[in-house]
Amino acid sequence: MTDILRLTGVQVRIAGSHILQGIDFAVPEGGVTAVLGRNGVGKTTTLRAILALVPSTGMIEFDGARIDGMPTHRIVRSGVGYVPEDREIFASLTVEENLKLAEVPGVRPDYDAVHELFPELHQRRKQRAGTLSGGQQQMVALARVLLGPARLLLVDEPTKGLAPKLVTEVGDVLARVAERTTVLLVEQSLPLVRRIADMAIVIDNGRVVHTSDARSLLADESLVNSLLGVAGTDIAPKAHRAPVIGAD
Amino acid sequence: MTNLGQTLTDRAVAATGSQRRGTGPGRIRAVLIPLAVLVLLIFLPWLGFSIPGVLPGPVNSPGSLQLLALCLVTAGIALSYDVLFGRTGLLSFGHALFVGAGAYSAAIALGRWGAGIGVAVLLVLAVGITLPLIVGAISLRVKGIAFAMVTLAFAQAVAITVLRNPGGLTGGEEGLSLNRSRLPALLSGVVNAPYRYWLALAFCVFCVLLVSWLTAARTGHAWAAVRENEARVEVLGLSAYRAKLLAVVVGGFLGTLGGFIQLIIIGGANPHLLSTELTLSLLVMVVLGGSGSRWGPIIGGALYVLLDNRLQELSTSSTIAELPAALRIPLSQPVFVLGLLFILVVYFAPGGIAAISGRVRARWNSRVTDKAAAP
Amino acid sequence: MSSLILILITGVGLGALYFLIASGLSLIYGLMHVLNFAHGAFLTAGAYAAWVVTPQLSGLGGWAFPVAVLVGMVTGALIGALVELLLIRPLYRRHIEQVLVTVGLGLMAVALFTGIWGPDPHPFPRPAWTTRTTTIGGAAIPNDRFLLIGAAGLLLIGLVLLLRHTRIGLIIRAGVENRTMVQALGIDVRRTFTLVFAIGGAAAALGGVLGSVYLGSVSPGQGTALLIYAFIVVVIGGFGSIGGTAIAALVVALVQQLANYYLYSGIGDVSVVLLLAAVLLIKPAGLTGRTA
Repeated sequence: MTDILRLTGVQVRIAGSHILQGIDFAVPEGGVTAVLGRNGVGKTTTLRAILALVPSTGMIEFDGARIDGMPTHRIVRSGVGYVPEDREIFASLTVEENLKLAEVPGVRPDYDAVHELFPELHQRRKQRAGTLSGGQQQMVALARVLLGPARLLLVDEPTKGLAPKLVTEVGDVLARVAERTTVLLVEQSLPLVRRIADMAIVIDNGRVVHTSDARSLLADESLVNSLLGVAGTDIAPKAHRAPVIGAD
Repeated sequence: MTNLGQTLTDRAVAATGSQRRGTGPGRIRAVLIPLAVLVLLIFLPWLGFSIPGVLPGPVNSPGSLQLLALCLVTAGIALSYDVLFGRTGLLSFGHALFVGAGAYSAAIALGRWGAGIGVAVLLVLAVGITLPLIVGAISLRVKGIAFAMVTLAFAQAVAITVLRNPGGLTGGEEGLSLNRSRLPALLSGVVNAPYRYWLALAFCVFCVLLVSWLTAARTGHAWAAVRENEARVEVLGLSAYRAKLLAVVVGGFLGTLGGFIQLIIIGGANPHLLSTELTLSLLVMVVLGGSGSRWGPIIGGALYVLLDNRLQELSTSSTIAELPAALRIPLSQPVFVLGLLFILVVYFAPGGIAAISGRVRARWNSRVTDKAAAP
Repeated sequence: MSSLILILITGVGLGALYFLIASGLSLIYGLMHVLNFAHGAFLTAGAYAAWVVTPQLSGLGGWAFPVAVLVGMVTGALIGALVELLLIRPLYRRHIEQVLVTVGLGLMAVALFTGIWGPDPHPFPRPAWTTRTTTIGGAAIPNDRFLLIGAAGLLLIGLVLLLRHTRIGLIIRAGVENRTMVQALGIDVRRTFTLVFAIGGAAAALGGVLGSVYLGSVSPGQGTALLIYAFIVVVIGGFGSIGGTAIAALVVALVQQLANYYLYSGIGDVSVVLLLAAVLLIKPAGLTGRTA
């Protein structure tokens, strides 16, 4: 199996903080690779470094070609999609316009897939995106990257602040998407990871400290505990994770 | 807008080693050379040599002394602006407000009120402290570009008001001429040009000493910290607001004082002293000279006045008149040349003259040590 | 009553002038976070271009003026595009340096105009009909106000159409909101920058030409004098919002005119400048902006 993404010795310094101190990992093509770790260890920064949204040193290879040093828009054009933490959809634009913006000139956008996965978005297409609920905004953020021929999707905490029902739905969507695209998923929700992830990479203190297939990692409670600091062995949806935005 | 002016000031500071607290020959040189220059400047009115092309006559002629006095007072005012811009990272578009306030309040006191020089001085000092305090207290509620625009707004509001000549107080477009009858006789008259020159020199020296002292003290460290990373200053428990307010007050005070001195030197207060053009020219001066460095703003201020004056002379000379129009027209406009230099500095030499001289000095030093190391 | 009508309509005319200048400024700052101090130079350049070319067009009769206006606008657009390409783009993301460069350019431009055409105002050739007046409700309104209002209206419609119905407009609207995310969708926002500067330059130049008709003369400093009011409008109306800019332009101009007339001459000018400070102190969010 080939690796679609490979990071070697990637370091990121922001305002004097050495956030990434040497990230090495490879993402196999196909399926979902989860990036796990405590808060603040550098998971989001890793995704942003891949997209050149933060300056980094080290080597980043996508599909065999080096993308470190390329500007963000060219990295994205070469087939990397981004679903950022906090969604970052354009609130002043309509749903339709948000999607239209994501169209790649010269490539037929795959609206069939999008309408199939997110029928509600088609109904709300004239609605201003800023008035959507959190879950609906997440759908827009996901739909955006599915219009084009992206071969790798970087997805950052898509279930953050969502009600349990929506967490499941997002998980379903990601699982279906992963059938035709590789997904690199930063997630805090371990049950979701357990359900859909094939591989797991754990980051701590700006370095990769563990790589294995997801199921065997999550089955080992003490390992999970030491790496992620998860209290208790229950990996069912946590009661204290109150959804910020309720079910819609 | 974070990191205000940081690229520019960092390079100037790094190149001139202003932050270096070293010992040995470098440090002694850093004190001796300015001291030697100061001694030279003090004795200038007794020296009769000429610098053709730079000064209009022999160094101790009234015309030259007048020009040098203007250079010195402008250098001090430029330094006062750099306290905000280069030292603390505050981009202000309203510094002319202080300069104009200093000139106009003294001119009004001496002229319209017929008060004595003592009253005028007290008024200037009072204005120099309260005005920046008020302006700073209000405008520092916002940061970055918003701060710049608020200061611009205040300065413009006052400029517009002064132009309207409310109650005949400010003389409108023509400004107010200095009422020399209330001034000590020593400061009036062509023959007393040296005294005005020494006054300007004293002001410039005062600015340098005050700013150097504050910069070396904890205040200066707070300013530098705010310039680098204001968020972190708050985390460390220091008050960024207080440091910034102090910068505005110090810079504003020196600027007001400078306006007063300028009034004495040029013999009048005019609306240009309150204009945005003046503030922008201060910006050009500090960037050209090297913002955030010890001598950069001084060099920039003096150079700006010198170039402005000389270029105006040059524009009427025969050499320029013979050039083709495409060259002659731009070169006959000092502000064009200065603006161009300014842009070139921003692109290619962000640390200004101070940084260039620093680099030259560094390369000279390394060549000396290379020679010493060679067998 | 007739004086009120006069004040109101001339106020709207002044607002139209402000909108012409401020619209480009608003888009430029909204999208690029560059405070374009050279904007006044685009304005003045357009005015001088029209002024220079008018004597050559005397053979065109009634068409001379529209052609002169067009020449002015093209000049403004070209200068705007060149400034962005050559001077602003190399400083991408270095906002302080970008501001400094526009400041330097603004200073250089005024000096250059002074050098070429002298510091004094030259009379501006205006079509005869603009010097006449139309009576509305007992008030004699100079026709140049209607010219300004008409031009501003056309610009407003044109910009709205551009922003709402073209892909470039979509990119601009999205970029004003979140430039980084637009890049993260694979779009090179920088190419839109040149266009935005060109549009801004053309609009400012239009304001410059029509402003010269309104003032009756063209002078090197007219751009800088009007620029502060454009800044006020943009700050109050919100960067990047064309509708906001239009409304703010009207509000600022009307406040200025009404205060100047009914209270005390000059107090209107001071009031709107202080209004700038007040708005910024209460709501600085639009200016401190997001990191690009």
